[in-house]
Amino acid sequence: MSSNDVAVIGVGMHPWGKWGRNFVEYGVHAARAALKDAGVPWRDVQFISGAATMRCGYPGYVAGATFAQALGWQGAEVNTSYAACASGSQALAAARAKILSGACEVALVIGSDTTPKGFLAPAKGYRPDDPDWVRFYIGITNPTYFALYARRRMDLYGATEEDFAAVKVKNAEQGFTNPNARYRKKFTMEEVLGSAMVADPLRLFQICATSDGAAAIVLCSAAYAKKLGKSTAPRIAAISTVTPKYASGEVEMPDIATDSAAIAEAHSFRAALAKKAYEEAGVSPKDVSLAEVYDLSSALELDWMEYIGLCQPGEAEHMLRAGDTKIGGRVPVNPSGGLACFGEAVPAQALAQVCELTWQLRGEAGDRQVQNAKVGITANQGLFGHGSSVILTK
Amino acid sequence: MSSKPQVPAIEGWYTLDKNQPHLIGTQCTTCHTYFFPRQNLFCKNPDCDGSEFTEVQLSRTGTIWSYTNACYKPPEPFVAAEPFVPYTIAAVELDKEKMIVLGQVISGVDVSQLKVGMKMELVLDTLHEDAESEKVIWKWQPIDAAKKVGDAK
Repeated sequence: MSSNDVAVIGVGMHPWGKWGRNFVEYGVHAARAALKDAGVPWRDVQFISGAATMRCGYPGYVAGATFAQALGWQGAEVNTSYAACASGSQALAAARAKILSGACEVALVIGSDTTPKGFLAPAKGYRPDDPDWVRFYIGITNPTYFALYARRRMDLYGATEEDFAAVKVKNAEQGFTNPNARYRKKFTMEEVLGSAMVADPLRLFQICATSDGAAAIVLCSAAYAKKLGKSTAPRIAAISTVTPKYASGEVEMPDIATDSAAIAEAHSFRAALAKKAYEEAGVSPKDVSLAEVYDLSSALELDWMEYIGLCQPGEAEHMLRAGDTKIGGRVPVNPSGGLACFGEAVPAQALAQVCELTWQLRGEAGDRQVQNAKVGITANQGLFGHGSSVILTK
Repeated sequence: MSSKPQVPAIEGWYTLDKNQPHLIGTQCTTCHTYFFPRQNLFCKNPDCDGSEFTEVQLSRTGTIWSYTNACYKPPEPFVAAEPFVPYTIAAVELDKEKMIVLGQVISGVDVSQLKVGMKMELVLDTLHEDAESEKVIWKWQPIDAAKKVGDAK
């Protein structure tokens, strides 16, 4: 570990589920678990960084302070980040920057959410200026977008409904023993393909649910890690939170139209997220031992494999069919079970991905362990041009 | 179609020409890039600081980027018929502007009749009705099917 590194010395989660309790309770549970894992007393934390939630009232908008107060005001500096599904990564990036600048040595990052049932819906009223309102008004929900990506793979690359179901079967198998996963049930191809069609070609068991859950991470400077006897802790090699580049050529939630590529060239946002992370970390896709990607739908995992460079466009189905992406394969994808087993707890999800990388790089992932894991990458994306990719190295 | 007056579901986003409707966008007078929904205040091209726009009617034809359907009733503000009738959705890249626009596909066309790369055209159709009027919105229709649908009527 070099003196400029930032180490992950503690991780903790509150199990995902539909518990229906206050998000602060889950956040405190995860934070205490992460502090205990790190061996750092709460009083020693100098910076607390919260990922905001928009569904839990004012305390959710000021999540950093809400968690600081719940853990007991002790005078730490505070930050709250909101970036839709990438909120956790931005909260992590704020803490890492604080440490890298020398302004603090040890920081705690927390994301937690309590989610409503059913489709996520926009704010009320007649609001045609809000693209999120417009798309729901004309009947375009989140699964619409996932299904558009999936159908395009079928027409362009020959992907099949069985391929998409196989991703679900794989992830369910991998998350089966994960104590923090919400859905711990093995699925057969028949069960997945027999579930109700939601947005052709995607069925109910291939679309991620919304969940309650929390994840927390303690990170610190190399010097602080050494002092604690944790010099071998995984380090954060990169956090990419780049915006799209104009013209953004991908159909993205919540927009009903892409940028025009008639004058400006079209760019791929999701590929750019990982590209920046690889450049910052100084590693390439060939170095990756495992990946945690945002499988909002089972089919989307195949897109992500290409966006993070594990294979060329159109080759993800071949990797899947060859068993390359299951635990024991060449590059396991979503060994945690992914969103298929968790459901999405928006501000906690990007942090949960980093928790999994940490356990994997430490060799503490139990039944899910990826052998000889040295480099892990996450990929995540949310509404309004947000996304993230984090690389952890041993 | 009911006998109620037809009004746009979203005012000013498309022309109300029954035969040849167009989406209404804007074009930056400095860099000439297109916007839909319309952009009137500042150009979103990072290499352009333009702030003047002309209103343009966008191409009403394009090719399918992808397609799907909605088997479940979406939440509000969507206004669903009772009982809910599933509908098809297409993302179509406009010929001239090279932007992909989402929309419902006219009823009677299901996903098995669509394919990436297929030619589509813009039509106006009912999104929902209330007591006073029928709210019309843009929808996509396969160009090959246009004649057949016309004959059927």
